[in-house]
Amino acid sequence: MTVAIDRATGKRRGDRAPRPGRLQRLKHSYQKYWYAYAMIAPVVVVLGVLVLYPLVEGFYLTLTDANSLNSARTIGVNHIEATYKFIGLDNYKDILWGPTSYDRFWSHFIWTIVWTALCVVLHYCIGLGLALLLNQKLRGRTFYRLILVLPWAVPTFVTVFGWRFMLADGGIINSMLDAVHLPSPLWLEDSFWQRFAAIMVNTWCGVPFMMVSLLGGLQSIDSTLYEAAEMDGANAWQRFRYVTLPGLRSVSSTVVLLGVIWTFNQFAVIFLLFGDTAPDAQILVTWAYYLGFGQQPRDFAQSAAYGMLLLAILVVFTSFYRRWLNRNEQQLAI
Amino acid sequence: MSTTTLQTPPADQVPAYDEPRKARKRGDRGLAGSLASHGLLIVASLIAMFPIAWLFYLSLGPDKDDYLHPAGIWDKMTLDNYAFVLQHTNFFDWLKSSLIVSLGTAFIGVLVAATTGYAVSRMRFPGYRKFMWVLLVTQMFPVAVLMVPMYQILSNLQLIDSYLGLILVYLTTTVPYCAWLMKGYFDTIPFEIDEAGRVDGLTPFGTFTRLILPLAKPGLAVAAFYSFLTAFGEVAFAATFMLSDTKYTFAVGLMSYVSEHDAQRHLMAATAVLVAIPASAFFYLVQKNLVTGLTAGGTKG
Repeated sequence: MTVAIDRATGKRRGDRAPRPGRLQRLKHSYQKYWYAYAMIAPVVVVLGVLVLYPLVEGFYLTLTDANSLNSARTIGVNHIEATYKFIGLDNYKDILWGPTSYDRFWSHFIWTIVWTALCVVLHYCIGLGLALLLNQKLRGRTFYRLILVLPWAVPTFVTVFGWRFMLADGGIINSMLDAVHLPSPLWLEDSFWQRFAAIMVNTWCGVPFMMVSLLGGLQSIDSTLYEAAEMDGANAWQRFRYVTLPGLRSVSSTVVLLGVIWTFNQFAVIFLLFGDTAPDAQILVTWAYYLGFGQQPRDFAQSAAYGMLLLAILVVFTSFYRRWLNRNEQQLAI
Repeated sequence: MSTTTLQTPPADQVPAYDEPRKARKRGDRGLAGSLASHGLLIVASLIAMFPIAWLFYLSLGPDKDDYLHPAGIWDKMTLDNYAFVLQHTNFFDWLKSSLIVSLGTAFIGVLVAATTGYAVSRMRFPGYRKFMWVLLVTQMFPVAVLMVPMYQILSNLQLIDSYLGLILVYLTTTVPYCAWLMKGYFDTIPFEIDEAGRVDGLTPFGTFTRLILPLAKPGLAVAAFYSFLTAFGEVAFAATFMLSDTKYTFAVGLMSYVSEHDAQRHLMAATAVLVAIPASAFFYLVQKNLVTGLTAGGTKG
């Protein structure tokens, strides 16, 4: 098999025996790879200007007491210079173990973890169930598939408004619950039911992606494996456990990672469902938004600090996830 | 007896797929299994459809509180809401903003990311792993991370409430995303094509523009489409950075129907339907490629 030369070179970085001097090596590497660097240059420039620079700026803000009253701003024709000052790591200290840090940070932190875990588990299980159903020979399965993808096809901001109409006190869901004499909770006001509603809506939005991805994974499993398993006398559960699940591994690990990241960062569902009315249902992302933009005065420094903490949580999670996958010799993927 | 009659309809269906032989093949189910599958799928389909169908139904009610007594809508259904939205609101302004911002993001994103996708698919340069890691991390930025600094920087540059400002913000997520998606697509194009190009004396850039790019058009389309969708559905930045109501995107415009004092829910529902129909039609056109691009494509290190 001929393999592109480029693909082979980089992997053998280690064994270029007797190493020449550093300058020599730089020159060598420049000659060899300059076109690769030239090709990634546009993205590097864009990321540097649009991501790295704001990130550094944002990190600096977290070390100050910036808010909308002391930041640079223009009122009419008057430009007012920024007057905020450097306060070191006080913001982080205040968020993590300052007074009332439980109410402001840890309660949201715990809820965010619960929210992410529950949503991803529900997404995955329901998605897998539906994918298994759709993977059978079944009359009209293309039709079912098209309908089941619908929640993904319609923009989230549209469907969330639809849900708001349904969940409103006196909306269709409560009317139906009333009709069968079940208690009708205040979905959009009571904090437990707010959380319940948020998970329900987000599950509804997220299942189609899982379903379609897992269906793709199922279809790529070699059917002779099932035949062999059946020959060996495996029952349906055993075939699922020992053929289907391992066959889905690489798709699963990817979609679960994506699912965790997306759910953790899910802004639209909670923001549009409740607006400012649900302090207890805010996950960290929406809470950070509230601090920075949803209140007066806007607390830019704390909001940015929340952002940094969120990023740190995600980076740590992803590294561990990757390491865990590697240890189990699963191939992720990313 | 009664059970047999109940089970007849699916019983008609099963033989249609069955080879005329006695032994039950794998994948064939008994009647009960078939019935259960259809039952579950029908329930799931109803759940999937209902909120959208309901929104559509409510959009036909002429009064803003009709969503609370939906039964009344049946007798007085009307398309007045749609007429009103199209004639007397900022609908077309919002459409324009949404399109400018989404198309701009998609176009620039793909343009910038195309060569990178190729480079990371074909070349293993020092720093490759770190670069891929940066692309991944950038994609998972929570909105909150860049929002505050972006707001400050853009307001210093007078770019708040401008389309360009919003496009720049969206590029932070779509550029790494496009690069990632396109890498997956380029991976599926055989390396032999590159080699043939090299043998014929093309430079790496020449190979890319003359051979690979034309082959990769579907991949580019998927990346462009996905960036479009991302920008189209984004809420947080759009709500914060766009201030004048003629520049709202749909995501923000819809919110503006509900204020403290006056909630024009009937108009909101009509607008939502008007947005949802083209968006989902568009989605169905590309959905198959989308999933492959998202999972299978990006999955080879």
